[in-house]
Amino acid sequence: MVEPSDELKISKDRSECDGCDTQCACNATHDLSPPDTNLTTGPEISNDADRRNFLKQATTITLGALSLTVLPWSRDNDDGKNVGGGSATPIVYGFLVDTEKCIGAGKCLTACRVENDVPEGYSRTWVERYIHYKDGRVEVDRVPESGYHAAGLVDIDSELIDRSYFVPKLCNHCEDAPCNQVCPVHASFTSPEGVELIDTDSCIGCAYCVQACPYGVRFVNPNTNSADKCTWCYHRITQNEKPACVEACPVDARVFGRLDDPESELNRRLAKVPHHVLREHLGTHPKLHYIGLSGEVN
Amino acid sequence: MDAAEFIYPNDPHVAWSIMIVLYPYITGLVAGAFVVSSLYHVFDQQVLKPVARLALVTALCFCMFATLPLLLHLHHPERAFNIMITPNATSAMAGFGFIYSFYMLLLVIEVWLVFRPDIVERVNTNHGIRRWVYLVLSLGVPRITEQSLKIDRRLIRILAVVGIPAACVLHGYVGFLFGAVKANPWWSTALMPVIFLISAVLSGIAVLLALYVFICWRHQVAPEIECLRTLVRYLWIALITAFSLEALELIHMGYEAGSEWHILRTLLTEKLAVSYVLVQVIVGSLVPLVLLSVAVIAKPSRRMTVWIACIAAVLILVQVFAMRWNVVIGGQLFSKSFRGFVEYRISWFGREGILAAAVVLMLPFIALYGANRVLPISTADDH
Ligand code: SF4
Ligand code: SF4
Repeated sequence: MVEPSDELKISKDRSECDGCDTQCACNATHDLSPPDTNLTTGPEISNDADRRNFLKQATTITLGALSLTVLPWSRDNDDGKNVGGGSATPIVYGFLVDTEKCIGAGKCLTACRVENDVPEGYSRTWVERYIHYKDGRVEVDRVPESGYHAAGLVDIDSELIDRSYFVPKLCNHCEDAPCNQVCPVHASFTSPEGVELIDTDSCIGCAYCVQACPYGVRFVNPNTNSADKCTWCYHRITQNEKPACVEACPVDARVFGRLDDPESELNRRLAKVPHHVLREHLGTHPKLHYIGLSGEVN
Repeated sequence: MDAAEFIYPNDPHVAWSIMIVLYPYITGLVAGAFVVSSLYHVFDQQVLKPVARLALVTALCFCMFATLPLLLHLHHPERAFNIMITPNATSAMAGFGFIYSFYMLLLVIEVWLVFRPDIVERVNTNHGIRRWVYLVLSLGVPRITEQSLKIDRRLIRILAVVGIPAACVLHGYVGFLFGAVKANPWWSTALMPVIFLISAVLSGIAVLLALYVFICWRHQVAPEIECLRTLVRYLWIALITAFSLEALELIHMGYEAGSEWHILRTLLTEKLAVSYVLVQVIVGSLVPLVLLSVAVIAKPSRRMTVWIACIAAVLILVQVFAMRWNVVIGGQLFSKSFRGFVEYRISWFGREGILAAAVVLMLPFIALYGANRVLPISTADDH
């Protein structure tokens, strides 16, 4: 694995925050869970009652944070509304991947692993590379976390190929999430902002959700023995920070923001060009959208 | 044009192991054995009397251990009861605890009622510790009257009637667990519950046949030939139905040849060539089909029938196991990218290893042996 960049070190430091007193989401996260489990699940919630309390708390906190006039993100969102704006309507988060921008740098991969303490051999996010050869072959591989060159992979002769592009993958935070539907104990649940989360304190580790996710983003974490997956860095976004991968991307190929706000950067970018979701026919209604998705990507 | 192999990064960790193969195998044996016992108790198939009790106790012994593979599989077995404390109504799996408990309770009560006269008799004919054991088993009521027997018989009938749909739910439900996973084209079919159910009945009859012949052989008595012939006939019908349904499903998939067919075809012809084509189809289905057809149509001698029944039963038991394996493990051998395959590596030791699986499979037979020492389960004793 490459050394985390400075940016990533900042991310890691942020996640190691000891928590402040009572009034911020950071506290909700840190007080309720040990740092390591917290890193794998975002907020950790111990049981139904606690979860309800937590969700109430998180909603209050998030709405409270929205009323703040100075938002940490405002510099990136030029409108200052992406994750904020104290509207009474519920916040709905969304994610955009611009495959036309992605250069396969792999910074997001390391950022995610460090931020969320993802065990080796498992991934919360990955980047696929599609190569269309002139002879009609399509090859797919995965961007190594250290980047293609550091991994010692040979260059492909550009004479041989028609086109090539990268497709980052992560949890789609489906509106009709099959993972959530099949979980026998409510350990997979939806946050008020529509983020699919896992309560590692009640997960029985049956792996039914792993089977049910059509996108292969779930796994049973060998350290917590509970289901695990991308949370869009819930512990960060509830503090008005970007997910670690979004922050790490050098070319803005990953955009996180509010779907319910027509003025958000996310919606403005989505409005300009055709976009798709993965495996639409399955009716999962992902909140992760792709720009420039080719037909062979599934 | 086929894309080169590519698998998603989390797919190499095959999430459902051999324990999840055993779970539907064992519940299938429970459901199948129970259906046979109900044929006697509900449909008055007197010819099945020699195996009626055996069927019921076999169902109970397997049911007792049906949760064991699940517990061995769960990564947090200590939280297993969450499934009943905080069940999620939209989860097919959440129903397991309730359906299983209901069925187990039903089986225990029915077995107790069926054996009550024997228990009471043994309270009165034994001494010392043995007497106490039977006294406890009689729940402290070592008396039987004509009227109580009548009530018992009616209750048994009611339980046997209720037990048939319960057995169907118990096992059809297991099929639904797989059939409702739209993420997996190898599982996602509405036929799955029916296929599971019919193959459950198939395996239940097969295990009873094998056990009955084995017990008779141990007691050096000849099996009741009419009982055996009836079981063979049922086995034959169940095999034809199960095989047709499975073939239908596959033909349908192949004929439709949807976008995922290319990966399923490779799965069947390469990755599952041995366990599917050879074991499940040829050795486990076609060979017993020929054998049973001979036994049913040509009506061979008693000796020959016993041999045919035995061989066919054992092959069918292997077939049903292979079918569970091909569904559960087979469905995880291709990546959800549909562009490549992963490998399932099973170890000898460990919670989900071969030895643990063998122990899980042996425990119901040990329980059956134990039960047979306490109560007159096999009517071979009566000979
Ligand atoms: S992508 Fe998979 S894990 Fe994420 S919400 Fe959808 S079904 Fe669930
Ligand atoms: S592994 Fe955990 S989160 Fe997934 S379905 Fe089972 S209990 Fe739910």
